[in-house]
Amino acid sequence: MKPAPFEYVRPDALAEVCEILAADEDARIIAGGQTLIPMLAMRLARPTKLVDILRLGELRGIRTEGDVLVIGAVTRQVEVERSEIAHRALPLLMKALPWVGHPPTRNRGTVGGSIANADPSAEIPLVAVTLDAEIEIESPSGRSAMPAEEFFIGPMLTSVVPGDCVCAVRFPVWSHPCVGTGFHEVSARQSDFAFVAAAAQVALDEEGRCLDATLGLGGVGDHALRIDVSALIGQEFSSASIADLVRAATVGLEASSDLHATTSYRRRVAAALGTRALEDAFADARSANGAVQ
Amino acid sequence: MKVSLNVNGRVGVADVEPRKTLLDTLREDFLLVGSHAGCEHGVCGACTVLLDGEPSRACLMFAVQADGYEITTIEGLAPAPGELSVVQDAFCEAHGLQCGYCTPGMILTAHALLGHNDAPSREDIVEAISGNICRCTGYGQIVEAVEFAADRLRRANTPRDANGARADEPVTGSAAAPLGGRT
Repeated sequence: MKPAPFEYVRPDALAEVCEILAADEDARIIAGGQTLIPMLAMRLARPTKLVDILRLGELRGIRTEGDVLVIGAVTRQVEVERSEIAHRALPLLMKALPWVGHPPTRNRGTVGGSIANADPSAEIPLVAVTLDAEIEIESPSGRSAMPAEEFFIGPMLTSVVPGDCVCAVRFPVWSHPCVGTGFHEVSARQSDFAFVAAAAQVALDEEGRCLDATLGLGGVGDHALRIDVSALIGQEFSSASIADLVRAATVGLEASSDLHATTSYRRRVAAALGTRALEDAFADARSANGAVQ
Repeated sequence: MKVSLNVNGRVGVADVEPRKTLLDTLREDFLLVGSHAGCEHGVCGACTVLLDGEPSRACLMFAVQADGYEITTIEGLAPAPGELSVVQDAFCEAHGLQCGYCTPGMILTAHALLGHNDAPSREDIVEAISGNICRCTGYGQIVEAVEFAADRLRRANTPRDANGARADEPVTGSAAAPLGGRT
């Protein structure tokens, strides 16, 4: 349980981070370290160099840019949990965060770290995919943004290449008056890795008709994915139509199988939790009763 | 690499390899063996320390990353040698420990919780210690100990009238002692 030797550097600027990463493809970024250090301890990862970005002020903080909430990569999960702006703007992320690790790991774990780690069962990537967030990436050639759905390409696999550094996540904020959210998860123990997680967000008009709806599923396949629920738009709440829609969308879903849960179990649970998350989101939006959450 | 760490209010310098965890550094270089090495990959919580007052895993951090934080270990909680903090005392009274392996982590986690929330519900306590594994007590008495400590701290902080009596029922002895350490 002791990591193999490595070199440790803590650059003062993001540009320097990218230079170091581009020059040594076995160098790795460390932020909160709550996933990387166990992997080092078990020697599943053996980088030559750790580049510590946790104290880069330019990567930290939560700010609003128009109808987007930007969360800096090294913002700790606990800082988001305690942020009033985030509570108002991203109720779905707030529902998901208590499921991320344990309080002590959320004290050090970062939002960008969870994104870059791309665990298929992780909650923050699931919310990013569900809300169609963009991942901001710094590379030696400059800054770019990529939709979350393109960013996550497999289990612990992302589109970043050596020399790239995730620097922020841009979450769209829904400005409709009645927005509701739902989040459900099944795991072996509280705060353990999700077998299946479902995140939903719904916007309603004053008459209770659906203006917008989105559903994401995590833990099922190689990465979080969005389920097309656009058929709900313009409709009033109907438990049966939600259940039918989600069941139809999850029947042929590519689902992984392991010693914890089989493919068919994951599909069944995905249908059940997806339905529940959407139902909760409708109920939540109705109770919002015209008030922005 | 040389690293300067502020542990329990004292600054010390250690010369460590980058791969040496904060936990091993506290135990081997600072001889503070109250932080226990359990799983060493962030699951059990036996190595919990406070970083700027917040519980963190000392095994999920390298000593070279720990400069600039106020680090509190279990050794830093008691107000004076031979004394116990309110939380430590509550764990003794409520039988919140058996073998003692998880206890430093449990107590530091509870200490931080009570710093934020002086009237935690049972759910708040369970959530706070959800990252700390105990294999002896079954958690019941640990939760009771934290409730007990919260109760004592609330009473200790209840305003007194001109005659020195508290608004609620009076308490005596160590129950009125303030929370030890930096709070």
